Amino acid sequence: MTVPRPDPDVLLRRVQDQAARARRGQLKVFLGASPGVGKTFTMLEAARAKRAEGLDVVVGVVETHGRAETARLLDGLELLPRASREYRGTLLEEFDLDAALARRPALLLVDELAHTNAPGSRHAKRWQDVEELLAAGINVYTAVNIQHFESLNDVVAQITEVRVRETVPDSILERADEVELVDVSPDVLQQRLREGKVYVPEQAGRAIERFFRKGNLIALRELALRRTAERVDAQMRGYMAERGIQDTWAAAERLLVCIGPSSTPARLVRATRRMAARLHADWSAVHVETARDQRLTAEEREEILRALELTEQLGGRAVTLSGQSAAEEIVAYARAHNITRIVLGKAKRPRWRELFQGSLLDALVRTSGGIELLAITGDEEEGGQPRTAATPSGQSSPRDYLAAAAIAVIPTAIGVPLRRAGVTIPPIDAAMLYLLAVVVAATRFRRGPALVASLVGIASFDFFFVHPYYTFSVSDVRYVLTFAVMLVVALVMGNLTGRIRTQAEAAREREQRTSALYALSRDLAAARDRDAILAAALRSLRDTFAVEAVFLLPGDGGAVSPAGPAPYVLDERERAVAQWTFDHQQAAGRGTSTLPAAAALYLPLSSSDRAVGVVGIPLADPAQFRDPARRRLLEALAGQTASALERLALAEHSRQTEVEVEAERLRTALLSSLSHDMRTPLASIEGAASTLLQEAEPDLAARRELAATIVQESQRMTRLVANLLDMIRVEAGTLQVQKEWQLLSDVMGVALLRTDAQLRGHPVTTTFPRDLPLVAVDEILLEQVFVNLLENAAKHTPPGTPIDVGAEAGTGEVIAYVADRGPGLLPGEEETIFQKFYRGGAGSGGIGLGLTICRGIVTAHGGKIWAENRPGGGAVFRLSLPITGTPPELVPEETIPEGQEIEVGSAWTVRPPSSS
Amino acid sequence: MDRPAPLVLLIEDEPQMRRFLRAALGGHDYRLVEAATAKEGLAQAAGRNPDVILLDLGLPDTDGLEVTRQLREWTRTPIIVLSARGREQDKVAALDLGADDYLTKPFGVEELLARIRVALRHASLQPGDAPDPVFEMGELKVDLAQRQVFRAGQQLHLTPTEYRLLVALVRHAGKLLTHRQLLQEVWGSNFITQTHYLRIYIMQLRQKIEPDPTRPRLLLTEPGVGYRFKAD
Repeated sequence: MTVPRPDPDVLLRRVQDQAARARRGQLKVFLGASPGVGKTFTMLEAARAKRAEGLDVVVGVVETHGRAETARLLDGLELLPRASREYRGTLLEEFDLDAALARRPALLLVDELAHTNAPGSRHAKRWQDVEELLAAGINVYTAVNIQHFESLNDVVAQITEVRVRETVPDSILERADEVELVDVSPDVLQQRLREGKVYVPEQAGRAIERFFRKGNLIALRELALRRTAERVDAQMRGYMAERGIQDTWAAAERLLVCIGPSSTPARLVRATRRMAARLHADWSAVHVETARDQRLTAEEREEILRALELTEQLGGRAVTLSGQSAAEEIVAYARAHNITRIVLGKAKRPRWRELFQGSLLDALVRTSGGIELLAITGDEEEGGQPRTAATPSGQSSPRDYLAAAAIAVIPTAIGVPLRRAGVTIPPIDAAMLYLLAVVVAATRFRRGPALVASLVGIASFDFFFVHPYYTFSVSDVRYVLTFAVMLVVALVMGNLTGRIRTQAEAAREREQRTSALYALSRDLAAARDRDAILAAALRSLRDTFAVEAVFLLPGDGGAVSPAGPAPYVLDERERAVAQWTFDHQQAAGRGTSTLPAAAALYLPLSSSDRAVGVVGIPLADPAQFRDPARRRLLEALAGQTASALERLALAEHSRQTEVEVEAERLRTALLSSLSHDMRTPLASIEGAASTLLQEAEPDLAARRELAATIVQESQRMTRLVANLLDMIRVEAGTLQVQKEWQLLSDVMGVALLRTDAQLRGHPVTTTFPRDLPLVAVDEILLEQVFVNLLENAAKHTPPGTPIDVGAEAGTGEVIAYVADRGPGLLPGEEETIFQKFYRGGAGSGGIGLGLTICRGIVTAHGGKIWAENRPGGGAVFRLSLPITGTPPELVPEETIPEGQEIEVGSAWTVRPPSSS
Repeated sequence: MDRPAPLVLLIEDEPQMRRFLRAALGGHDYRLVEAATAKEGLAQAAGRNPDVILLDLGLPDTDGLEVTRQLREWTRTPIIVLSARGREQDKVAALDLGADDYLTKPFGVEELLARIRVALRHASLQPGDAPDPVFEMGELKVDLAQRQVFRAGQQLHLTPTEYRLLVALVRHAGKLLTHRQLLQEVWGSNFITQTHYLRIYIMQLRQKIEPDPTRPRLLLTEPGVGYRFKAD
């Protein structure tokens, strides 16, 4: 005996529930047993009370059905205008969900929860609107009648003989924070009906009359009361569970209902749902795809799919498994999920077929061990749909039949000429030949052609090889047995072949799925950027489903926009659907019940609890992905794509974090370096100056030395501040480049003059070709670049080493250089030296901005600057400056011939200009 | 000499700058008049008739350029503009308005004294005075009367434009000439924007008169402003 332990899944779900509930709006349901009990009235009264408390109450939609008392209650409440939509020429008024979301009242009233929205609305059903309102954190009051609940649909239909088309999932009621039962006795209700206080649509007069029979009302009232009681019970259980009251765990029943073609699955699902509700059990529905599924009719498949969908609507879990034997798969699933009871429909098949094929029930009884089995009647739904005979999906073509018949003729074609030639084949051998032909035909084709082959064979055998020849009469009775054997062999072989084929097909399909997923995951693993990921996903969708798609990814504001060309018109409407899908992380659009009028199916690309995008797939047929296997594969592909996108986003994020950490490190380095670099000269200046002040009679040498210190340190400070200011200009992008046609030799000359003191002791060689073209540069900025480079060269090389400067013409550019014969650059330093606050070598004294400023200035000129080691030792800094435009040229002048008079300076008296 | 010490008018709003200049000039036999605002400066210029004016371009009340313009309406007293680095446009504008020279802050005492000396010397030349017919600087000798140029005793062959340019520079030796002033003097007022003419002829001239044209010692470039021929 095992000790029941809290299920971690349950605990997790409870935590998630609470977290979700904290964000969600609160839902209060006014539940009635039938129309006319006064739900709307009660709801409005409650709303007025809330408003009196000062709450922001808005009426989203309320149907007064012309009842005066109800209409009066609306006075003074804010009414949300309805949205009108044109549909096939008529103007339909509908609850305006978007207006409600925009208005965001504290409490919104939404009547008639089971209402079906007009075509073209976002959701097919009003309860979906309410779900969205709640998800947006808006509190909602709503009203609904008990007969609209999905799981009670059958029961109500049985009681009232009126089938309600508009249904609401039970989960709405279960998740509601508060349920108020609006109850009146059947007598009072009938009284109201007679007084005309109950709204009766004219066209449904008779049906309504039947509906309001007293017996019906009593039954409905009981249903409503019981439902409310169950809810109260569930609350009690939740309360106990939250406080860890042990007993609760033991009661955890789990039901599993088997969905197959041989029962009325929807009914089974509803019955299981009710049972589960009574037992407070978890429940799920399972369908096993076996080889036999290939032979199901379209209607049968449809019914299974509907039942699985219904399961999810009713709050159960729908599972599709595939395998060889339904019983084995079901039992394995049940064991894995601690199922306590398996529910299945009683077979309606003839008994002989059961004997022949075995029944699921028998198989389950044998293998299920401790799990309870519950077989319930799968009654036909009223009206009963006529079932079309099962047509095998693996159809045999007429050619198969002809070929099978031809094979069966071969023994005749051999035997008869032989007999003509005098070689008589004994009937027993002939029978063997025919049997062989039948076997061959059966292994090559399915059951139908095999049957044809066996019939042709039997006929031929009888006609050609059984006395009397050339008649179909049989003289010996024992040949009848031969005929029977041939027939049975054909059937058995044909069946076997068919089954093997369908299994092979199923295996192939599975293989395709696996390989599609494998191919995608391989492609995604190789994809390095977003476009590659999307391209891989698109390729996979094309290859696997032959569909086109568009991926929509969120921007900064969370609005999704297409990341590539869309294979269909992606207009405002479609984008809105995609956005909804992204925001709610739920599938929407064509083929779903949310915004089904869209052109495409939208699936969220969600990974680890957050949406990373949306994929839109235009569908020609809304049911294209209804098949759970296909849908599952599609979702798996979407999931893989989402994971890849998220992986990319995470990598990007971590890179960004790294960059931020690096920036932070730099900031810290800058602060410490700046404070050091600025304080040192300031300290020297202050020290020297205060000494000068204090010393009463300092000797001349000491005074000069102190003054020299002050000058030197001030100059250092000046350079530092100039560098910082330049850096700020470069960084802020406010560097104004005033280009004029310049001679680089001139600019370099000025720089050499400015650095004369630092360069003392370094022999400088300048190499500027005479035909060097003019370059349009900012003289002052470029001079700064040369000065920085020359200062660096002087600083980082031993005294006495030569420095070479110059320029040469390239194609469309001029390359200037400053080269030294110092220790050169360390490996990998070529790039890093241009980084901010990078200080090369020891004791350079700078703050590591010089080269950064150089790069900023050269880049602002549209040029490049780079560093490398020179052959023979030392470093060289080169900068390329593009020649934009045509450099001006001057007509060369002759020198003055000897003794010739020339006019000089006609304008000597211009200075001062104002005086002339 | 019995001439009184030259009078310097300093128009500068920064007290620290004034204190430094007071100490620097006082120690070198200059008399100093101080003004903290443009208004006061203009009044002192009219009242004291200084020999040279040091004008800070960043004054609190009136723009230094405007002060230069107003001064040049009535006086030819040399004006030396003081400005911060990176304001080359202002310097050029001031020079074109008639200022004689500029100094970039921060500057040393030696530099300041040299500029004042050049300004005083140019001011002492009266417009009617015939210029010295022969200019000599180091190895270079320009005979203005003979229109001949020699380097280390060797006659140089210049083009007419080169010669005009050289003459313009040596006649104002030590004084900063803006691009505009040089272009106007050598090429005429239609060419005042063609600075590349100037750059190319300057280079050609350096090839002929400088021992190392890429490291000029005589014909100096003032980046973004103009050229100056070395004096003293």
